[in-house]
Amino acid sequence: MFQHFGDPGKMKDYHYTGPVEHKFSPYAFNGGTVLAVAGEDFAIVASDTRLSEGYSIHSRDSPKCYKLTDTTVLGCSGFHGDCLTLTKIIDARLKMYKHSNNKTMTSGAIAAMLSTILYSRRFFPYYVYNIIGGLDEEGKGAVYSFDPVGSYQRDTYKAGGSASAMLQPLLDNQIGFKNMEGVEHVPLTKDKAVQLVKDVFISAAERDVYTGDALRICVITKEGINEETIPLRKD
Amino acid sequence: MLLVHHTFSKMALASVLSGDSADFSFDSSQSFAFGGGPGPSGLGLEGTPGDSLSFSVKNPLCVGDDDGVERKIEFLHGTTTLAFKFQHGVIVAVDSRATAGSYIASQTVKKVIEINPYLLGTMAGGAADCSFWERLLARQCRIYELRNKERISVAAASKLLANMVYQYKGMGLSMGTMVCGWDKRGPGLYYVDSEGNRVCGDLFAVGSGSMYAYGVMDSGVRHDLTVEEACELGRRAIYQATYRDAYSGGQVNLYHVHSEGWTRISQDDVLVLHHQYKDQA
Repeated sequence: MFQHFGDPGKMKDYHYTGPVEHKFSPYAFNGGTVLAVAGEDFAIVASDTRLSEGYSIHSRDSPKCYKLTDTTVLGCSGFHGDCLTLTKIIDARLKMYKHSNNKTMTSGAIAAMLSTILYSRRFFPYYVYNIIGGLDEEGKGAVYSFDPVGSYQRDTYKAGGSASAMLQPLLDNQIGFKNMEGVEHVPLTKDKAVQLVKDVFISAAERDVYTGDALRICVITKEGINEETIPLRKD
Repeated sequence: MLLVHHTFSKMALASVLSGDSADFSFDSSQSFAFGGGPGPSGLGLEGTPGDSLSFSVKNPLCVGDDDGVERKIEFLHGTTTLAFKFQHGVIVAVDSRATAGSYIASQTVKKVIEINPYLLGTMAGGAADCSFWERLLARQCRIYELRNKERISVAAASKLLANMVYQYKGMGLSMGTMVCGWDKRGPGLYYVDSEGNRVCGDLFAVGSGSMYAYGVMDSGVRHDLTVEEACELGRRAIYQATYRDAYSGGQVNLYHVHSEGWTRISQDDVLVLHHQYKDQA
């Protein structure tokens, strides 16, 4: 039997000879979800610990909460490379402030500074979704949420990262009492808030492929920062 | 040539931001290659220059991914803001929704920036662009006050802002703002945007919901309105815009600028206003 090489429709060669367009992107999407809740005298910052890229999981133990000061924790998700660089820069700036002004930066000041750090890269942004959780100067819980180029505002609660669109409506309902009529607005206690955060992340792990493995919760009170790790779905 | 211009502009931005901080900017040639520099003209805004800003900015920064899904880095956009002059000063009314693509990132954004006790700036377009440049404007206004021992005029403040952003024209900034205040010439209202427009006027509406707001405002505005009537007009105009524009919503924040400065009049949730107007009709 002889093969018909030139026969159209039967056997095709798989060589493509010609210019090929390669695309290099400086960014990657590493997944992960971050959440922060502010209470009367506490703040909670929580994140999952899965680091993924495409269909792979790079690590099951890569938390996205970074302790900045004794009263402030930063959660960042998005592109892990930019998260690392950004946290290094923030740490350096915190030290510089401490040395020049002989005091630790307050949560509000860190938020304002982060806004200008992010905006300095307006034309080649840090691909990071940041949420800062901490205590303000009066000891009340504060949450500041950012967009990748530095727009920020103070909130009571915020979800960021890959499952944010799933979690935010749930928080709106449970903490903000939105879309509920005739319900008493009970202020959130610390234990209830921690339980809510755990439930919310379990839901996120069910429906978002980039969220899972474990949940790291940082609870910030005037006594200090208490960290807790609980397992989530690993699939 | 383009590279040099970009380097210069990046340095301008960097010099504005450095203070006592170290210079963490990367080599600018690196960012130029990835579309960070000036692209084809009109990279930022859709529509003709001077057109009302629909603020659906095409994002040049896309994230390629292994699973083939192109994830855009979403900035916050979409809004309705308005301001108009009348006999007792200037009324400024804004909504409070911020969107990132089709996701509503926040319903409680403060789109009126309090530059100083007698000057207000509104925010439409890129949230970070507006808040950053208006914060810088506040700093410049304060420096003017210290140097000249007198308050800055609305015309001068708006000119400072316009000149600041003109250097970045074509680079993708998205900002449509109204500078409102009261100076020795009386009430002042200027519209400034990132395309380089700066116009003085008696009434403006800016943002994706501006057309709806214009309809309501134009049919009700008169020079001899009372403060109450003017506030209600501004409130109603924003409410109607939030009703029809998907990218506007949340709350209506109302300010009144008068000879003593500005006053925050009210903050009303759009859902509550809806029931109120329904019962009225």
